[in-house]
Amino acid sequence: MKERLDRQTIALRVAKEFPDGAVVNLGAGIPTLAANFVPEGRTVIFHAENGVLGFGGVPEKTEDENPYYLGANGLPFSAQPGMSFFHHADSFTMIRGRHIDITVLGALQVSEHGDLANWTFPERGIGNIGGAMDLASGCASVIIAMEHVTPKGQLKILNNCSYPLTATGCVDRIFTDIAVIQVTPEGLVLKETAPGWTPEEVQSYTEPKLILAPDLREIEL
Amino acid sequence: MKNKVYATCSDAVADIPDGAVIMVGGFGHAADKPQNLITALRDHGARDLTLIMNGAGVSGSLGIGSLGGVPFTDEEILIENGQVRKAICSVPASLVMSKPGAFEKRYLAGEVELEYVPQGTLVERIRAAGAGIGAFYTPTGVGTLIEEGKEKRVLDGREMLLEYALHADYALIRAYRADTMGNLIYRGIMRSFNAVMAPAAKIVVAEVEDIVEAGEFDPEIVVTPGIFIDRIVAAPGEDKK
Repeated sequence: MKERLDRQTIALRVAKEFPDGAVVNLGAGIPTLAANFVPEGRTVIFHAENGVLGFGGVPEKTEDENPYYLGANGLPFSAQPGMSFFHHADSFTMIRGRHIDITVLGALQVSEHGDLANWTFPERGIGNIGGAMDLASGCASVIIAMEHVTPKGQLKILNNCSYPLTATGCVDRIFTDIAVIQVTPEGLVLKETAPGWTPEEVQSYTEPKLILAPDLREIEL
Repeated sequence: MKNKVYATCSDAVADIPDGAVIMVGGFGHAADKPQNLITALRDHGARDLTLIMNGAGVSGSLGIGSLGGVPFTDEEILIENGQVRKAICSVPASLVMSKPGAFEKRYLAGEVELEYVPQGTLVERIRAAGAGIGAFYTPTGVGTLIEEGKEKRVLDGREMLLEYALHADYALIRAYRADTMGNLIYRGIMRSFNAVMAPAAKIVVAEVEDIVEAGEFDPEIVVTPGIFIDRIVAAPGEDKK
């Protein structure tokens, strides 16, 4: 079995996508980890939908945690110069109004058209939409960070999603434990492969036919 | 002028009738949930309630928001007590699939109703009600199950759904401090749904960590002007328990 990137490494690769000064909202799971890997010399303004912009990292000492400083993921954050607080209507004004440059979300399924399914699956009978539909349809750029297949080996990058959709045609790029894929009008373009993985091997875990990027390369870590 | 200050949370919720539509503030953290009003409503016992809230009492599934993972009170106690008929929310299910919450168990058993609303649409529908706006168009939910039965139009080159204002009989909210006029200030992440629900219901009850005389805090920092608030009650805060 070939080695796959771990969750931290997927997050590290995703964080390289954040330009200096970008406003970024991170979803739960692997996306949250990307906050720890902002490249040296860049400043990223993180947005949490429960009403804070420009917050700092998790306090190092438990006694520095503040019950009024908690993000949408439930994690405590630190105060940081330039931080601001606001109510939920303003928070989603930022999201819907295209004021957030990038959102990084997890996914259950992504289609070759960039459709996203990430809030439930039929067997559960219930699910949590939360802010995902607004983020997926409202943010200027939607990045997916996820494992390429499910723990049971089911494909997640499909011709069409079978699970209830979060938004249609919203995904720009997919970062997984074996590849980086760009969604384009022509189809899915394989841009990078994990160390030791061939394009054919990535294709075998991907339902839609992958287009190989002219500059296809190994994921740089 | 009518005195807005109530002695206890029980007094502040005593007239809530069976069948009321109630907004419950907060995102889902201990600091922004009106925990004491929720407990008072549980003890009051009004039934057949429709709750408009972000999560259907699911904060406890992760222990989020309380330092050290100490559980705190949210809407789940009303659901467990059989007082809720319907939830209008964005997060009805437990955040940990292996630990299903009271609401999802009852929903899957067909005992309660659920209206899914994406979080941004939910808060904007609440805002619209408070602002006297009947409905609005939003792109969120196009192409998903949210669009079923809704009027669709192309505006600014995008498909959008018509979403209606969400009104309520009561709103139970939490803020940091109030003055006797009902002006509210918040701290950190407390604004969330609280500040948006304040204008949106017929009777708005705010629990706060303390109440001061009008004029004691700077009008420059007021977030919720007092005319939106009908009742205020002092209740212990997270760092005072």
